[in-house]
Amino acid sequence: MRGPTILKAEDDKTKQLNKSTLMAFSGEAGDTVQFAEFIQANIQLYSMRNDTELSPAAVANFVRGELARSLRSRSPYTVNLLLGGVDPISEKPHLYWLDYLASLAEVPYAAHGYAQYYCLSLLDKHHHPEISLDEGLKLLDMCTDELKRRLPIDFKGVLVKVVTKDGVQVVDFDNDKIVRPA
Amino acid sequence: MSGYDRALSVFSPDGHVFQVEYAMEAVKRGTCAVGVKGKDIVVLGCEKRSALKLQDTRITPSKIAMVDDHVCLAFAGLNADARILIDKARLEAQSHRLTVEDPVSIEYITKYVASVQQRYTQSGGVRPFGISTLMIGFDKNDETPRLYQTEPSGIYSAWKANAIGRSSKTVREFLERNHQEDMDREQTIALTIKSLLEVVQTGAKNIEVAIMSPGKRIEMLPDEQIESYVKNIETEKQEEAAKKKTGRTGTTSAAILTRPGGGETAESTRESAD
Repeated sequence: MRGPTILKAEDDKTKQLNKSTLMAFSGEAGDTVQFAEFIQANIQLYSMRNDTELSPAAVANFVRGELARSLRSRSPYTVNLLLGGVDPISEKPHLYWLDYLASLAEVPYAAHGYAQYYCLSLLDKHHHPEISLDEGLKLLDMCTDELKRRLPIDFKGVLVKVVTKDGVQVVDFDNDKIVRPA
Repeated sequence: MSGYDRALSVFSPDGHVFQVEYAMEAVKRGTCAVGVKGKDIVVLGCEKRSALKLQDTRITPSKIAMVDDHVCLAFAGLNADARILIDKARLEAQSHRLTVEDPVSIEYITKYVASVQQRYTQSGGVRPFGISTLMIGFDKNDETPRLYQTEPSGIYSAWKANAIGRSSKTVREFLERNHQEDMDREQTIALTIKSLLEVVQTGAKNIEVAIMSPGKRIEMLPDEQIESYVKNIETEKQEEAAKKKTGRTGTTSAAILTRPGGGETAESTRESAD
């Protein structure tokens, strides 16, 4: 979206990097896709060359390295990222938060852009370490509800993907739910 | 030495580039690799170099390598040279995906590998790759099996079935005699292994087989299955030999009756001794 014009309502801003790692991106329009595809190609090349999948931690650190290198070039990528994945060995889930200044942090929940000002407080209140998938989806529901109610822009709903040790699945999500006044 | 085999980019007076011919000699000394196309399947078979007693065969690199999810490569010749060439091919495969958002076609990546090999026959300070490759796979949204060969000179060619490396001539001739159109999965695998057995004395434990079918990832045939194929082929061969023998004793006994004639009998006994 740019200014008051909506370019596309159902743009998929995620890229699957390997079997169980998914990267979501936002930022400067051209940069995001260019950078995400570059990362995707390099992760696949690594798997091909070494006959192993990279863990989410390894992917995150690689991406951070590339962002840091780009930041110090003449035209850096302005891309913010969220990276979610399940470690193929320990089968533990991981979530990484990265921004265009090449900060990297492993976090229990995350958001980028304007949305974070509305969502982080909800996530902080309701998230807990043992949260289940169903509870997580309910929490996401609360977040989008809040956004629809308070965000000055109509953001046209969300695309939900779930990452497990078996891969990445798109989950049905009702974006047309009626927002009740608080 | 004639002096025309020192610098790479120099022709001999009769039009040979010796270094390239030496590279082809290196290929001939490499272990054998076979590729066979079936109806909707393509199979690679490789002779494994026999491992030393203390070698860990599980993690020793194989002669069959993946270039991309849908392209598989086997080589004959210098292992170390192959590593470099395979790496270049893998990089190109990913780079192609990045630039045009499509996986490489088998012909495209073969052409690329061949052009790298050609470049190394015409530039200074390098020597040619001492390897031939067989490339197999399926193009995107296509069920036609593909099999290509590349050579150190940079030649590439498409085949229904072919062999490279040690005794490749014997194996190719065997394939020429036994290849049929539209073979199914079992027939294709059996022919691959059978042709390899022409030159691999040690049998199942020194053979590896990779199978590709449309839209699927590579399948490495497990050792036990290779062994059962080898066993079947051997019993088949024995039965055939037994049949021949009984056939021959028939003629010999007939010949004995006319022994005074002599000539034919002597010949047939010599044959059965072989």
